[in-house]
Amino acid sequence: MDFGSISPVLLLASLMVAATPLLLAATGELVVERSGVLNLGVEGMMITGAICGFATAVNTGSPLLGMAAAAGGGAALSLLFALLTQFALANQVASGLSLTLFGLGLSALMGQGYQGIKPPPFPELHIPILSDLPFVGGVLFSHDPMVYLGLLICAAIWAMLKYSRAGLILRAVGENHDAAHALGYNVVLIRICAIMFGGACAGLGGAYISLIRVPQWTEGMTAGIGWIALALVVFASWKPERVLLGAYLFGGVTVIQLNLQAAGVAIPVEYLAMSPYLITILVLVIMSADRSRAPGSLGRPFHASS
Amino acid sequence: MQLKTILTTAAMALGLATTAMAQDPTKVGFVYVGPVGDGGWTYEHNQARLAVEEEFGDKVETVFVESVPEGPDAERVMTQMALDGADLIFTTSFGYMDPTINVAKKFPDVKFEHATGYKRADNVSTYGARFYEGRAVQGHIAGSMTESNTVGYIGSYPIPEVIRGINSAFIHARKVNPDVEFKIVWAYTWFDPAKEADAAKVLIEQGADVILQHTDSTAPHAAAQNAGGVITFGQASDMAEYKPKPRVSSIIDNWAPYYIERTRAVMEGTWESTDTWDGIGAGMVEIGEITDAVPEDVKAEALALKDRIGSGEYHPFTGPINKQDGSEWLAEGETAEDGTLLGMDFYVEGITGKIPQ
Repeated sequence: MDFGSISPVLLLASLMVAATPLLLAATGELVVERSGVLNLGVEGMMITGAICGFATAVNTGSPLLGMAAAAGGGAALSLLFALLTQFALANQVASGLSLTLFGLGLSALMGQGYQGIKPPPFPELHIPILSDLPFVGGVLFSHDPMVYLGLLICAAIWAMLKYSRAGLILRAVGENHDAAHALGYNVVLIRICAIMFGGACAGLGGAYISLIRVPQWTEGMTAGIGWIALALVVFASWKPERVLLGAYLFGGVTVIQLNLQAAGVAIPVEYLAMSPYLITILVLVIMSADRSRAPGSLGRPFHASS
Repeated sequence: MQLKTILTTAAMALGLATTAMAQDPTKVGFVYVGPVGDGGWTYEHNQARLAVEEEFGDKVETVFVESVPEGPDAERVMTQMALDGADLIFTTSFGYMDPTINVAKKFPDVKFEHATGYKRADNVSTYGARFYEGRAVQGHIAGSMTESNTVGYIGSYPIPEVIRGINSAFIHARKVNPDVEFKIVWAYTWFDPAKEADAAKVLIEQGADVILQHTDSTAPHAAAQNAGGVITFGQASDMAEYKPKPRVSSIIDNWAPYYIERTRAVMEGTWESTDTWDGIGAGMVEIGEITDAVPEDVKAEALALKDRIGSGEYHPFTGPINKQDGSEWLAEGETAEDGTLLGMDFYVEGITGKIPQ
């Protein structure tokens, strides 16, 4: 056992990187579910965003354009889901699942010819003064811009839901779409916007994996992170601040367990390997002991005539 | 891609129905654990499938399903293939062992070939490659080139095949560098680029300057490239896009000759249940180009080692070798039996850490 070989600065820094794709995808899905729609297609939108972003970044040489394309790709795919569920009134669970399968296939097709290519590096963000602080600078202020964008989006959603009129409307639509409709809100339009926002966030999360965290393109590279994001939203009882906590917990334990393994700690590896899932769920379940529950209209189809 | 496969199958079935029944092509199915574009394990199996098509042309028809989870899903996929009229089915991952045996019982007329397993039946053969021979060569290069004396090893699952590779690499790294230590991380996946990249980063942060991997994606190479000053080895496939550094060499699985031979056996009706375990000598395991990042003398030694293993002159597990607990495993000059190697569940002396049970 050799704890000395684990550097806390590097550990905490890589924690933030590992958590970012999950945070982005889960925040997007949270908005979707708060509007009363259950989109199980997160994995499909993530992987589509991953290849859209990767292909664009490689062809244009600009990782920022790649990120924009990833958000666009994810949103475009989610529009398909929106059409199916909001206009055709198709079953949301089935549509979401097929979106995942479709996204995986589509990304594999689009990714032909992009294997083994190195994407352009993301510009390092150097924040004057802050980055040079001892310890804190290394942990908090030496990341790529996407880490901060993820945090920013999460904080903005939190503020929007809690303090803004837009947040109230979104919640009203999610809690009781008939009442919201009676009040004169366009339920379908609001939901489509929420779905597309969720798709864009998932796409960004996917591109974070293909452009920054790994960085390369491989088929099926999101490997289930979309599903974890879905679970995270539920265990976080649809609250952005808990999504943030959950994502950092999950990312943190994932990184720590690998570090402990490499340092030769005498805890059986199986327990270490399952610990991110267990600890995250446990903490969030304990926290959700208060009276929080799912949005009232979650998963129910809406039609103005009914 | 699954949809594409289904569509292709459907199209082929239609085509079959309309063209005469005169010459039924032999139908060969392949079950893959990862996507064919993984650039590693599954990629090579698919290359071999393409080689079978090229060899036999119209006389053979191949189908494949990729990214099949190891478990009940695999059984479903194999059953479907057998129902669709496959004559020969290759199941290409260790975790397909029990599903293969189960499905084979239900379809006695269909021939099955299971990769890297040990359970056989009248219509189930097993085949595998002696990857540990290639690991010996990697271990030699790793031990010679490490400056931090720390070699990181990303394991997939603690099964004999992976443990054998770790032992073989370790023994040969220690031979050239008595101070070398292995840090082993189990990823519990064959294919998850993000997790593999994380594992590689962690190992590098903890001082490893050589990364060996027994997982299928090229993500560890990308991580090593970003870190700089770290070398890696291609796993299962050449992973040549990371040449000349970090990837300094590789183990390549060449399944094509075996698949062609077995397909021919089915066509000619001479197929029998067999157990094949070939290595460098038979060409099933190849060592990818050793790049110029490796010093000349190390490269020459590595190639000499490869030739000695290939000719059968040297066995990578030749005594004296002790087990991790210090008890004797192989006496001076004794070589390991295949039975022990196939069920290997212990580390050799000098490796720290425990094998997860």
